[in-house]
Amino acid sequence: MFDFIKKLFGQKSEPAVADHPTAPEDEQEKSAALPVGEVFSDVEPSESEQILTAPLADAQDFVNPGGAVEPAQFISVVGQSVGKQRDHNEDTLFALSAILATDASSQPLGIYIIADGMGGHQHGELASGVAAKTVANHLINRLYAPFYSLDPEPPSDPLQEMMKDAISEAQRMVIKQVPGGGTTLTAVVLLGEQMTLAHVGDSRAYLIHPDNRFQLISHDHSLVQRLVELGQITDEEALTHPQRNVVYRAIGQMEPFEPDISTLPLPKGGYILLCSDGLWGVVPENKVLSIIRENSDLGEASRLLLKAANDNGGPDNISLVLVKCP
Amino acid sequence: MLPAASQIFSSVFMFLLFQVGHRHLSILLWSSFRGRPNLSTQQITQNLPGQEADKQLISGELLVNRYLIQNVIGVGGMGSVYRARDMHFPSAVRLVAVKEMINHSRDALVRQTIVQNFEREANILVSLSHPAVPRIFDYFTHEDRSYLVMECVNGKDLEAILSESQGFFPEDQVIEWAIQLCDVLQYLHTHKPEPIIFRDMKPSNVMVNQYNQIILIDFGIAKAFKFGQKGTMIGTEGYSPPEQYRGEASPLVDIYALGATLHHLITRRDPRVEPPFTFAERPIRQINPAISIELEAVINTALQYNPTERFQTAEAMKEALMNVARKTGALTRISMGTSSIAAAPSTIKPLWTFECEDQVRGSVAYDGGYIYVGSYDNNLYTLQADNGKFIWKYPTDGGIVSKPIVYDGVVYFGSEDHRVHSVSVRSGKIISTYYTDGPVRSSPRIAEGHIFVGSDDGFLHAVNLLSNRRAWRVEASGPVRSTPFITNEQVFFGCESGEVFCVDFRGQVKWRFKAKRAVTSSPVVSQGAVFFTSLDAQIYAVDAKSGWVTWRFRMGKGSLSSPCRVDNLVIFGSADGIIYCLDAGNAKEIWRYQTDHQVSGSPLIYKDSVYCGSADGYMYCLEYRTGRLRWKFQTGAPITAAPVINSDVLYFGSNDHIVYAIPV
Repeated sequence: MFDFIKKLFGQKSEPAVADHPTAPEDEQEKSAALPVGEVFSDVEPSESEQILTAPLADAQDFVNPGGAVEPAQFISVVGQSVGKQRDHNEDTLFALSAILATDASSQPLGIYIIADGMGGHQHGELASGVAAKTVANHLINRLYAPFYSLDPEPPSDPLQEMMKDAISEAQRMVIKQVPGGGTTLTAVVLLGEQMTLAHVGDSRAYLIHPDNRFQLISHDHSLVQRLVELGQITDEEALTHPQRNVVYRAIGQMEPFEPDISTLPLPKGGYILLCSDGLWGVVPENKVLSIIRENSDLGEASRLLLKAANDNGGPDNISLVLVKCP
Repeated sequence: MLPAASQIFSSVFMFLLFQVGHRHLSILLWSSFRGRPNLSTQQITQNLPGQEADKQLISGELLVNRYLIQNVIGVGGMGSVYRARDMHFPSAVRLVAVKEMINHSRDALVRQTIVQNFEREANILVSLSHPAVPRIFDYFTHEDRSYLVMECVNGKDLEAILSESQGFFPEDQVIEWAIQLCDVLQYLHTHKPEPIIFRDMKPSNVMVNQYNQIILIDFGIAKAFKFGQKGTMIGTEGYSPPEQYRGEASPLVDIYALGATLHHLITRRDPRVEPPFTFAERPIRQINPAISIELEAVINTALQYNPTERFQTAEAMKEALMNVARKTGALTRISMGTSSIAAAPSTIKPLWTFECEDQVRGSVAYDGGYIYVGSYDNNLYTLQADNGKFIWKYPTDGGIVSKPIVYDGVVYFGSEDHRVHSVSVRSGKIISTYYTDGPVRSSPRIAEGHIFVGSDDGFLHAVNLLSNRRAWRVEASGPVRSTPFITNEQVFFGCESGEVFCVDFRGQVKWRFKAKRAVTSSPVVSQGAVFFTSLDAQIYAVDAKSGWVTWRFRMGKGSLSSPCRVDNLVIFGSADGIIYCLDAGNAKEIWRYQTDHQVSGSPLIYKDSVYCGSADGYMYCLEYRTGRLRWKFQTGAPITAAPVINSDVLYFGSNDHIVYAIPV
């Protein structure tokens, strides 16, 4: 049915997804620009600047300022910094922007994951890596592969069930491979008119609408969030509360739990931002919003967001995924 | 269920830890700490092979020349728990539990502090004497390990009892345990010189012995060792009150945790898998209606967020429980009766009624002060909306089960005579007919100068309004009884084979989706998502652009009812007799309302109510946010179609042949 498959992202001749994402133990030097679809984990900061951004290799070629990108597609950038106070990174990022374009139509697909590992020793980055890779693997097999099937029928399993299964699998793998470790995980799948969010912990997903509304769409599974809801503390107190880092739900916890899963309309012409608390807990929302609004170059926006977090002390690892919606 | 991280220890032999006095918490209690350089998640089961420091004692080993280790009865993050024989009593077999806590800290000062804390707290435990507190016989520190030697408790903890049982505990049983727990808390809280805060009340810390007596156990003393390891666990305790997370420990902390424990016992809903402090969202009697309103009130009082609103002493709570025990036996229970009072059926008087010659299975249409209604007597009737006065009727050669549509002075409707009829609303005279090759049970929709309508001939037809000629038709894989939904130049419809189609205005199929059985209901599209029910007993949410299914939700039986969308909700009926309301974003059930028969009609939202008919003959009016019944109106036969509303008047037909107009 489809004449050809055109990949517009990443390194054109390479598969958009690394078959074997970089293992966390892998200490090899990372270049500043990483292909989309890579799992970034445990990235060492460069000597000069503890900032790593990974703009889409060729995305800029397709962006014509003032005009829409054709065909409609998700343009994404990921950014990561170890911060100023931690000695290593425990966050893991995954970004996959794909498109199936034919003469008649184009169908963009985006899968983005952020995981913020908990605890010291080796557990944090192991847990976030295992969780992000497991979820990515699951979604790639069940969602991304059928996307390129010659049989045009969409998968019969609901997307939300796939994501729920992916989270359960990640939960199982973290308990098995990283006992005692834990991680947050926020994953979005962008497809068609909608986005589906799966969320555990206190990393965040925001929508930035074209009318400048900055909308938090994830719900922190954190103690302070509950205390705020109960009126025990204020929003301001939450930002400095000694237990602000306590989450009550995490991948790796022993008790079974239900992840938050929901589907909502895509913010057409706007942005989706996934970030760890190293960004949202450190840089005020209006600052985040203005950086994104004022920088149409996503790579530059990402760099400035990381810089803003580091300028504010960089107390924690900073990770983000920024996606421009067609 | 997986064991909670905090319950790794074998539950049979455990240790006591009591927080002494009101001093500031020195020990971190809760969940996972992240992102802070000086804190880390501990490995919960630290017994890594080859790690000499963590080696277990072996059977037959004599510890400090006194305790002959028999076997390991539990393993936890801090060390193991052993059953041992006390050799100071050589002529008697005296069995004890020996709990080992391994000091993992590498910092000499911290190690010393840990041991000092351990000894101080153990000293307090030794001084306690209460039947619900296990006796401590001995404690000592040997090399890197500290040991507590204590009474063996025969029995099971409440968590194990919960998981091994099914169904709810009898109220009397729970009250009996609760009173005993109040007793022991009262003993601890009035301890001299300083009150003792238990601080870790939860089912796994409450043992029940063979005499149904409760004994408090806790491994909490080991927490000093956990802190030494810079670690804690993921997940909250689930039973602790908000103020405990501010570092406040008062007797009221134990009152709350006892309330939480009782709530868990009564509802069987584990608070550790729910967000913290959400007991109020799981009302006790809603989950377990057998519980008395009095006991619910006691537990709710214990669970107040604000400590000053709880029972101020364990004794006061015990007194309240005693009152419940006295009352529930003797006094008749007070009926709840808190839901809003539904109007009695007799108080609703129709504005008017109109009787057709046969059943009214389809929906009526309102337009410009007139009601158009098709009947199984083959006629389309036009009635005056304000008084039900008959204007004209138009006979077809088949039953009319679809909803008419009025456009530009013409009423269009399908009939089982295979035709779509166009009739002048003024004269009731035929303007034109469009033939299909099967009965037309789908309701026509009009957009962009075309009629879109399905037929049992297996096609969706697009008919030009001006020429009355077919513009195109799309072949489905079964009869199309579903009413098409049109938005953004796309047409969505289901068919009896279970396929759902999205076609564009040129008749090109954009995508198709296959449900397991027929999709007779009409899809509804909102915010990029398509919702439809199927006879396969599921409702689906599908992305409007790609046709990929986002979620599905299982009902008790199949459904013909077209969903309706309002706010973040999707509301629909099912042949299982239930009107469901789900969160459209994630299929979480918000409420359900059980009627006495199949619900095949579609719900209608108007203001803050949802109106829906059932085959039990009633038209129901529910609050759409809560599903609470406002009123119901009885007709003489099943209601199978959706109502319509205009200017606060509800119009609908019933299989009793009658069209009703009801003021709302």
